[in-house]
Amino acid sequence: MEGFLAATIVASTPLLFATVGEIVTEKSGLLNLGVEGLMLIGAIMGFVTAFATGDPLLGVLGAAVAGAAGGLIFAFLTVSLRANQVVTGLTLTIFGAGFASFMGKTYVGLVVPKAVKSFFSPVSIPLLGDIPFIGPVFFQRDVFVYFGYLVVILVTLYFYKTRAGLNLKAVGESAAAADASGVNVTLYKYVHTCVGGALCGLGGAYMSLVMMSVWQENVVAGRGWIAVALVIFASWNPIKAFVGAFLFGGLSILGFRLQSMGIHISQYWVDMLPYAATIVIIILSSRKNRKENQPPSDLGIPYFREER
Amino acid sequence: MNWISISKREDLPKNREGVIRAAAVVLSIVCAGIVIWILGYNPIQVFPSMVTGALGSEIRLQQTILKAIPLIVTSLGILVAFKMKFWNIGGEGQILMGALAASYIALNVDGLPKPVMLLLMAIAAMVAGGIWAFIPAFFKAKMGVNETIFTLMLNYIAIKYVTYLQYGPWKAPESKGFPKVANFEQNAIMPELFGIHIGWIIALVCVVVVYIFINHTKKGFEITVVGESRETARYAGMNISSIIIIAMLISGGLCGLTGMIQASAVEKTLSVNLSAGYGFTAIITAWLSRLSAIAVLFVCIAFAILLQGGTYIQISMQIPASVADMIQGIILFFVLGSEFFLQYRVNLPLWNQKVKEVA
Repeated sequence: MEGFLAATIVASTPLLFATVGEIVTEKSGLLNLGVEGLMLIGAIMGFVTAFATGDPLLGVLGAAVAGAAGGLIFAFLTVSLRANQVVTGLTLTIFGAGFASFMGKTYVGLVVPKAVKSFFSPVSIPLLGDIPFIGPVFFQRDVFVYFGYLVVILVTLYFYKTRAGLNLKAVGESAAAADASGVNVTLYKYVHTCVGGALCGLGGAYMSLVMMSVWQENVVAGRGWIAVALVIFASWNPIKAFVGAFLFGGLSILGFRLQSMGIHISQYWVDMLPYAATIVIIILSSRKNRKENQPPSDLGIPYFREER
Repeated sequence: MNWISISKREDLPKNREGVIRAAAVVLSIVCAGIVIWILGYNPIQVFPSMVTGALGSEIRLQQTILKAIPLIVTSLGILVAFKMKFWNIGGEGQILMGALAASYIALNVDGLPKPVMLLLMAIAAMVAGGIWAFIPAFFKAKMGVNETIFTLMLNYIAIKYVTYLQYGPWKAPESKGFPKVANFEQNAIMPELFGIHIGWIIALVCVVVVYIFINHTKKGFEITVVGESRETARYAGMNISSIIIIAMLISGGLCGLTGMIQASAVEKTLSVNLSAGYGFTAIITAWLSRLSAIAVLFVCIAFAILLQGGTYIQISMQIPASVADMIQGIILFFVLGSEFFLQYRVNLPLWNQKVKEVA
């Protein structure tokens, strides 16, 4: 059980980064469906950078910068050029998949350098790691996982405890009102789409650098789309995103576990679980009408100052 | 003074619209050319090679049309949903469920004459695709459940289910270890006309039918109104729930029909790969057509040229397929961006002033 939960943490980390990234983006009122593409861009650029330099931190940085660049393309098209957000997001995914596949062509099957692999090997956090049960599950993992915890805490503090976080909420809820009160709406949308993109890129990098530690075609395998759904499950709250990512990470590795326990259910049925669960969740979450669970009111609605 | 200001265009003359669109395509090709050059290939060879690869000979032209057929039918399905601002991104799953139903008939019903068989398969496919679209439509209409995620998740469930059948219960015993569903009997395979299966006729008929439906029927009009403003529709006394459901039944039905065409005429069996991403590409082609059925025909043919050209340069110039995907993405980014210049005028007061001073 402990082993299963520990593996769940690993499986949930890419989902966590991508979900929090998409939450940051959506809080500014932009619906970026290109998460899958952003993760792929991050996965390959992280891998290529780490492979070329042998430096794990540069790899992580490369993934974040590449993800942010993808976010910038999205922001430019949807904010400045007012393109349709749904279609632009899908295009970003097509582009990202092509980009990752091309860049990764010569890397297929190659393993990350030793220095990177040892950097991302599990380390126990003093004291916390010694707590029975909780320690081995949560606090004897790799530094990238801890970075994920940190991101959740920082983003939560930013959303609920800072002035900029409050402004961001205003931009997402009512861009016109935020604009009227002197918030630079365009800047907020750009910055948060880029930061969100960077986080999605990090989620991809976790897949390629740590989880697989070998480059393979389509390494992200649909996790970006699950992240988009998890945002709804988490009702735009980073803490709930952690819970959601954990649940879905568990579902995604359940098949292997059941088989090793001698329970034979077709892998394909088990594979359906995360998607079926997502559907159940969006149906259930449409039933609850509590105010804090609602999406930002301006989500997906473009804001044009001169059309106010 | 602001250095830049943007104003909405009132009405754009048709020829200006054409100029802007053409400029976007030219710019995107130039930009894609630069990317190709950076990647280490010669764009002056790549682009002509793509065009000759798609149109250069009878066989290649047939290949292009074979790719255009599923795109056209699926795009029309997506169009009906998008008209209503219902973001159906579940085309992929609806195609597969359609193919699944058609295959069930093809594999289990014996001794029917070909036309009856094909008709039965088409009906089964449209019903199955329709049901797969009805599920999210129902929840959207009754409970306001987000359709984007719902339709997307149904894609994955359809993919996993068809994979399960292909690797499990439906695997043909004579295929040895290879996971493959049995081939259809001759009476379940579409006939050809002018060297291409009759799916091209079906596609053309669908274009006309959807055009008439959207532009000249009451239901089609209602769908457009719901898309433009729920409030207006409600005020006019329309039953929004039933309009959403009907439109999605049509949308999923058309996607299901694509599945039947691909299963019957192209794969000649059920395969999880038969949707080949058409469900996603159709979203883009439908949007680029500005949701006009007639435009869908031309945009899809243009896209099929791009797809077939991409396949060709893989073989002739050893350029990986991913390059073609990237070119596709770049061209789309530009075309999406160009929409802005169709709807808005960009004023550069300082620039204009300078130009005047110089003059």
